[in-house]
Order: sequence, then structure tokens, then C-alpha cells
Amino acid sequence: MINISIAQIRPFLGNLNKNTEMHFELIENAIKEKKDLIVFPELSLTGYNLKDLVYDVSLTEDSEIISKLKEYSKYISIIAGFVYEDKQHLFYNASGYFETGNLLHLHKKVFLPNYTMFEESRYFAKGDRFETFNTKFCKSGILICEDALHISSVLTLSKQNVETIYVVSNSPARGLFEDSFYPKELWYNTLKYIATNLTVNVVFANRVGVEEGITFWGGSAAFSPNGKSLLESELFEQKIEDIRIDKKELRRARISSPFFRDEDFKILKRFLDSCGENYEY
Amino acid sequence: MNINVELVTKILCNFIKEETEKIGVKNVVVGLSGGIDSALSATLAVRALGKERVFLYYLPYKSSSEQSKKDAIAVADFLGVKLEEIEITNFVEPYFESQLEMSKLRKGNVMARMRMIVLFDKSAEVGGIVLGTSNKTELLLGYGTWYGDLASAINPIGDLYKTQVWKLSEYLNIPKQVVEKKPTADLWEGQTDEQELGFSYKEVDQLLYKMIDERYSVKELIEDGFKEDFVTNISERIRKNQFKRQLPMIAKISLRTIDRDFRYSRDWGY
Repeated sequence: MINISIAQIRPFLGNLNKNTEMHFELIENAIKEKKDLIVFPELSLTGYNLKDLVYDVSLTEDSEIISKLKEYSKYISIIAGFVYEDKQHLFYNASGYFETGNLLHLHKKVFLPNYTMFEESRYFAKGDRFETFNTKFCKSGILICEDALHISSVLTLSKQNVETIYVVSNSPARGLFEDSFYPKELWYNTLKYIATNLTVNVVFANRVGVEEGITFWGGSAAFSPNGKSLLESELFEQKIEDIRIDKKELRRARISSPFFRDEDFKILKRFLDSCGENYEY
Repeated sequence: MNINVELVTKILCNFIKEETEKIGVKNVVVGLSGGIDSALSATLAVRALGKERVFLYYLPYKSSSEQSKKDAIAVADFLGVKLEEIEITNFVEPYFESQLEMSKLRKGNVMARMRMIVLFDKSAEVGGIVLGTSNKTELLLGYGTWYGDLASAINPIGDLYKTQVWKLSEYLNIPKQVVEKKPTADLWEGQTDEQELGFSYKEVDQLLYKMIDERYSVKELIEDGFKEDFVTNISERIRKNQFKRQLPMIAKISLRTIDRDFRYSRDWGY
């Protein structure tokens, strides 16, 4: 069993101090409650619509906040979102997995949305890989929001034998039609698809609050490898939710639905090779 | 075009509460015209903040209709909030008298801007911000006075078409007499918006929804059965009124020009 706390929070835009304080408080609570892992949403330490603030709130590997998170991770594993500045002064929308005193894995968002209301690639450099990493609990992967909506990301993680995928996001509410709630449908369908067809655990942490008239809808969720819903958190409300992932469920799912076993990457490889350099059919 | 009224209400109330408090104030002020748009904004504000934090004003000109006043009172009573009446006649009349032959349009604009002055002044008095009451249909058509009724600090209903305003107002039980009456800017006796515009809101909303939200091209809209004249008139109108939906334009000189390459969210630091 993995005891996970999902922090569906409302960060303060560009206010690292307030956000850090909130993170530390929630981490300390989760430690007291003997949780194994606490998951914060995308850009949880900074807020989303940063624009020119990206450069003011960025964190380098040796920054104080990162050191403090490493310190806490001796007692609990942590996933937190922030702007990562590398040695070349490139700025990434990143999410870190902290464990046993280390930044065990840093995922840099690959698919930066730049359409309609989004303008991420104006401000952020682009990550170029999806990598799994071994945690105390299972082989894991992190996807940041738009990353999860692309098949190449989940396929890559699956090929590396991922067991649990953490999807952290800042998904805005839009398209509020009478008979549907567009982002919720899109996300739950996607997450459930990933869980059942890759037969993996999927944990989704989405933020709440309003920025620049844009409302983030929350609704953090989790699906088991059998597609069972483990959580459907409240919409629009700040909420700390606890879930338990049963590690045996993955085995059971792979017995009853052997999609993972039967996946054939040779077909994919043959296809890609035949495309030449441009990957155009 | 149909909206989930429950979710939309929740989002708009959160929006009012968060965006008001981020500015560092507690209260909002709303000018009630007796019409449905201001009634809806005020109702959402009361749900979001409680009635102690919402201040309502009725700002008639001497020729404003008695019915408008009755309707504004009905809305205030429904919300359980005191309605302060401030007649703007004495403020605008000296200006009108100083001008030769003012057109209806000019007079209407001056009245709208005077109401804006009163509302912004009252917002300073009560420690609040002015809540916008322009809906998406009006904003797209430019059917409003720039820096007059279009001026506000935050606008909860600016992404709702008039048709959706009606639907949400029904859901929130806003008095029937307001929901069912013919939309009017009350600029002169017997004026109605639809008569002045030359089409009905329901009609134009169908077109706008397809054109703006669903991105139908002019050609596709005509194929879909909309009259060519209607489609081209409306799309021209949207284009011509773009300036009303933007901040004043700034001539670029430096490396970082406000709003162009000096870019921050309004919620910076909150």
C-alpha cells in the first residue's frame, strides 16, 4: 500500500514566500499523518499566469527552497511544481520528485501549450524526454498537464515499465455546457484510458483558485490499473485528499487485461524507420 | 449555447470573491438600471460576498422611465440590499446646455459616462470596486459606451451571451418582471435595444455563438442558413468595435513597452 496525500491547493501568483509556507505546512501535516507521498499540482510553488514573473520566481538546484524540500523528503516523498532554471539560464515548467533527501527526478514539461488562452512556450524552454525513475514504492513517471494529452508520452513511459504515473496540472475551466463540463470529461477520459490501457496507476493533482479571471477546476483524481476510480475530488474547492494505492492491483489488472504484455514496439519501430527523418508517412 | 447554470454560478461567485479581495478591497458597487444584466451581476455579487458587501445605486436622468425605477427597486428588494438613488440630471444638464444641438447619441454617452463617474466615486467612498454589467453580446457588438457603461474593475458576466444571461437569471430567481421585460438602455421613451439594433438578441446570439465560439467562417454561416447581409454586418461590427475591448494603444519606443513586452498578470503577487 502507498498512502498518498493529494494537495489540491490554490497558489498565490508569483508569491514564492506564501506558497512555500503553504507547502511546508501541508508537508508537515502529511508527515504527522504518516503519509508516504504528498503530490502538489503543476507550478504549485509559483502559480500559473506568470508571464514576465517567470524569471523572478525561478529556482536553481541549489536554491534554499529546493534544499528545504530535500530536507523534508527524508521523512516523506514529495512532488512539487516550480520554475526550474538550469545552468544555461533556461527556464522550465518543471516538477520535482523529492525522496530520501534528494531531488530524485526532475521532469521538464515537454508539450508547452501555446494556443487560445495559453502562451507557455513564449516563456518556458521545452523539455525533451519522458523518463521513469525508481522510487521507494514503485517505478514512476511524471507528466505535466498537456504532456498527458499526448500519446507519445505515455507510450514512452510504458516502454520503460512505469507502474504509477503522476499527472500534475493547472487545468482551467472552460466550455461549461449544459450537458457536459469539457475539461473534466477530457481529463477523466484521458486518465482512465491511460490507467486501463497501460494497466498502471494514475494520480492526477489539479489546482483550484482564480487567476486573471481564469478558474482552475480542481477535481483531482486517481484511477487504478483496472480503471477503478479511487478519487474524484470536489470541484473548485481547496482540498487535501488521501488515497491508498494497492500495489497488488497492478498484477491483477495485468492478468485480466494483458495489453501491456501484448504491446508490440517492433511495429512502431518499423513504422518510424520507414518514415525516414521527418516521421511523415 | 446552453450552459450548466449551477457550475457557472459557482465559477462566477468565486471569480467575484477572489478578484475583489486580491485588489485589496472588500466591497463591490453596482449600478442597477432596472434591466437584467445589472440585476444578474448584483445577484451574483450578493451570493459571492453577502449583502453587507454589495452597494447598489439607481442613477436616473429626468427622462428615465418610472418602470426602470420600479424594476431596480424590485431587484434591490429581492436581494435585501438598500438602493441609493442619485439623479444625474443636475450633473449632465449644465454640459448639455453649453452645447448646441446635441444628438441623442452624444447625450446618451454623456449620461453613461456620468453614471460611471458616480459609481467610481461611490466605490472609493465604500471601499469597493465597480462591478461590470456588460454581457458578451454587447461587448462583441460594441453596444455600449466606452468608459461609460463598459467601464468596470471586474466583469462577471462578460463571457455570457444575452441568451445565457436570461437562462442564468431564471435559475437565480431574479424577479420575473426584470427577466421578461424588453431590453432597453432607457435613453428615450419607448426605446428598446432590439428595435435600435435591428435584430433580436436571440437571433444574433445564435450567429455570434457559431461565429465566435465555434469558429464558423462567413461562408459556412451562410451555408448554415444565416442571411449574407446579417453575417457580414455583424462581423464588420465586431471588427469596428475592437478598440472598445482594449486598453489605450501605446506607441513603442523602449525595449519593454507596457502590455507588449512588459507583461504581467493583473493578479501579480496576490
